[in-house]
Amino acid sequence: MNKHSKLIGILFGLVLIACLPSVVLAQDATPISPVTDDLVNAVAHDLYCPVCENIPLDVCPTQACAQWRALIREKLELGWSTSQINDFFAEQYGEKVLSVPSARGFNWALYILPPVIIISLISIGVLVAYLLVRRFKQKPGSIPQAPTSVTTEVLDEIEQDLQKER
Amino acid sequence: MISIIALGLLVIALVITVNAIVTGVFAARNGSALTLESSRRAALAVFPLLTGVLVCLLILLFTGRFEYAYVYQTTEVDMPFYLKVAALWGGQEGSLLFWCWLLSGFSFIALVRQWKRDRDLMPWVIVVTMFTLLFFLVLVLFFENPFNRYYITMDGQVMSALFSTGFTLLADPSNGMGLNPLLRHFGMVIHPPTLYLGFTGFVIPFAYAIASLIKGRTDDHWIRATRKWSLAAWLFLSAGLVLGSRWAYDVLGWGGYWGWDAVEISALMPWLTGTAYLHSMMMQEKRGLFKHWNIALIILTFCLVILGTFLTRSGLLSSVHAFSESAIGPAFFVFITIVFIASLVLLIWRWSSLGSAYPVKSFFSREGLFLFNNLLFVAIFLICLTGVLFPIFSELFTGQQVTVGPPFYRRSTGPLFGLLFLLMGIVPLSAWGTSTAKRLNSEIWKPAVVSLTFPLAAILLGVRQWGGALGIWLVGLVICVTLFDYARSVGVSARNNHEPWWKAFNRLTSRNRRRYGGYIIHLGIVLMGLGIIGIEFFQSETQATLAPEQSIDFAGYNLTYKGLSVQDNVEGREAARAYIDVSKGSRNLGTITPRHDFYYTAEQTVTLPGLRSTLKDDLYIILVDWMPISSDGATFKIFHNPLIKWLWIGSIVLMLGTLVAMWPDPERKTAALEVKAGV
Repeated sequence: MNKHSKLIGILFGLVLIACLPSVVLAQDATPISPVTDDLVNAVAHDLYCPVCENIPLDVCPTQACAQWRALIREKLELGWSTSQINDFFAEQYGEKVLSVPSARGFNWALYILPPVIIISLISIGVLVAYLLVRRFKQKPGSIPQAPTSVTTEVLDEIEQDLQKER
Repeated sequence: MISIIALGLLVIALVITVNAIVTGVFAARNGSALTLESSRRAALAVFPLLTGVLVCLLILLFTGRFEYAYVYQTTEVDMPFYLKVAALWGGQEGSLLFWCWLLSGFSFIALVRQWKRDRDLMPWVIVVTMFTLLFFLVLVLFFENPFNRYYITMDGQVMSALFSTGFTLLADPSNGMGLNPLLRHFGMVIHPPTLYLGFTGFVIPFAYAIASLIKGRTDDHWIRATRKWSLAAWLFLSAGLVLGSRWAYDVLGWGGYWGWDAVEISALMPWLTGTAYLHSMMMQEKRGLFKHWNIALIILTFCLVILGTFLTRSGLLSSVHAFSESAIGPAFFVFITIVFIASLVLLIWRWSSLGSAYPVKSFFSREGLFLFNNLLFVAIFLICLTGVLFPIFSELFTGQQVTVGPPFYRRSTGPLFGLLFLLMGIVPLSAWGTSTAKRLNSEIWKPAVVSLTFPLAAILLGVRQWGGALGIWLVGLVICVTLFDYARSVGVSARNNHEPWWKAFNRLTSRNRRRYGGYIIHLGIVLMGLGIIGIEFFQSETQATLAPEQSIDFAGYNLTYKGLSVQDNVEGREAARAYIDVSKGSRNLGTITPRHDFYYTAEQTVTLPGLRSTLKDDLYIILVDWMPISSDGATFKIFHNPLIKWLWIGSIVLMLGTLVAMWPDPERKTAALEVKAGV
């Protein structure tokens, strides 16, 4: 790998590394007094209305959800943390109220699959590209050239390359 | 009478579709021109027949024939005309009929336009499109018939059936339930048809791919012949997704545009694989590479279209967008299984003959980078599929109902979208064939350096979130690379042809609409990305209860609650409207009026946000609650959504870019005319 490949690799790496924390950062909140509407909504945002169709609790307009938000306020006033409130709701109304299932039992599949998918596909991509490139490097003469129809696009590219050479 | 005509036309359409399939298979096997002509005529006849059925349903909707279950469920007397049109696809039965009509329309156009050119593939194209249509026609006729009527049985029960059975009386309601209040938005008039156009549009490339596999054609003719179909389908699908987002933003009243809802994702998945296909087909056209992959992608895209339709209509998923639970789930499941397995078997059968002898010369060649682009799209698709199917499998295996919400998708797909943006910044500077890292570096460093001004400017303006700054840099990179490459090409062309830059720009774009249309699409995507970054990273919200004339300061704005008006019985609803004056410093910026509508017939509340939208930000206010008698005032939820308008602007740019890419190059048009004239 030459220094240019490294530079591009570093560019990719930086973006990947910079993006990684969003994968691993857990969201939790500690109770802050006094309990404001915003704090209640922040907790309710990651809970789903057990009755309505896929609507977060903080924006669900039904009376039942208003009562559940009042319940969240009560719990926050008692000093409960976000995760305690989440557990309480999950216990009362089922795991369905959580915006993401808790990491246990069968639910682990949901946590494991995305990294497995990403790593597998990137590996496949690198492998396929490596094999295709190696095939070219081993026998460059014996491999037919890819069809290149002389389109305006190709001509433009040639034009640009020539310009650079000048 | 109208329903009898409609049913008659439907039955004839079904029989003719079967005829088209059978004669199509025979024509393909024995090569008889007469049989093929019969198949073609049958396939062509379905479209006018279904148009007749559609007109019949529209007449019933417009004339308020509430004895028909579908008319009763989707319209009411006072509904405006445009909503009565929207009622056509506002319910399960009508939307399935509309699906059939669009599908038959696409088949009709394909048969008329491409008959002579692709005659050898046509028998199988007819078979595949008509087989798909047959499935949907069976659903319409036997499972979800929009012409069912209400009957009252002897014991007073109301039943819905096509014909009276035994001792029943035809019901005669004076009014209907009306369209679901959430769907009473102008966006709903165009969002579903646009999405369906995208869905059904992919049938034609799929049919060509299957026809090519059956015929054993290993060239890229099917890709070239359906390039515009694919682009058109992708354009409509993109427009449908954006319109759906806009509808959610305007109507659902939760401050956002995309909730990672299962039905939203069901429409996103074919878009992801379709986008991968649009990139990948270039590798086959330009370099003869990845023939298997392209066929696999188009099969996948088509199956995802059907899967999305199945998930939305089967009742398997809970969603604000889903239709009510229906008995058509198992039928859909069988159809998807048949299509997927049969397509896969065909692909495996032709696997060896689809091999490519052409190499990828470098990791950094355009084809090498396209490979990674494709894998990223597929990775995002697989993660979305995992999220959508996980609740179903969880209930199946553990009996536990779970929700997979936005945090899962944001965390899992966010980095991949970031990488896609990075690739979008790099790929335009790579070349087909041999392209080295050295060359790529020498090309990219200038725009890369310039692009750093974007995050720097953001930091100077107060951005302190690393994720947001990174996103803004990626947006800047794509914009700089695209403009840099465009400007350089224009410069070279202007110098070589001794013409002003605007002439060179025009000539370059019109001579290679595909390439520069693609650039415009990329610009559209990054502008959309800017809007998404704005709302995802910098959105802020607060909730406040305000008494009349009380003010609140939020996100640099001063908001004063002026009062509330409640109007009774406006188009069948009670409309409560709050008035909030907005100012910034000493400048009065106008009044925002969030609404809260209660629909009497449907007994449903709809929260319509009040909006002040600028290029910089949106002020989005929801009326949560109010005290009509006491002086306690009203409760508001206020969102500050920076940059969101760029999402809508970007989508328009994307559509323009797609139109530019679809428009025939003048040289090719001339060539086609010459061929036609026998020159």
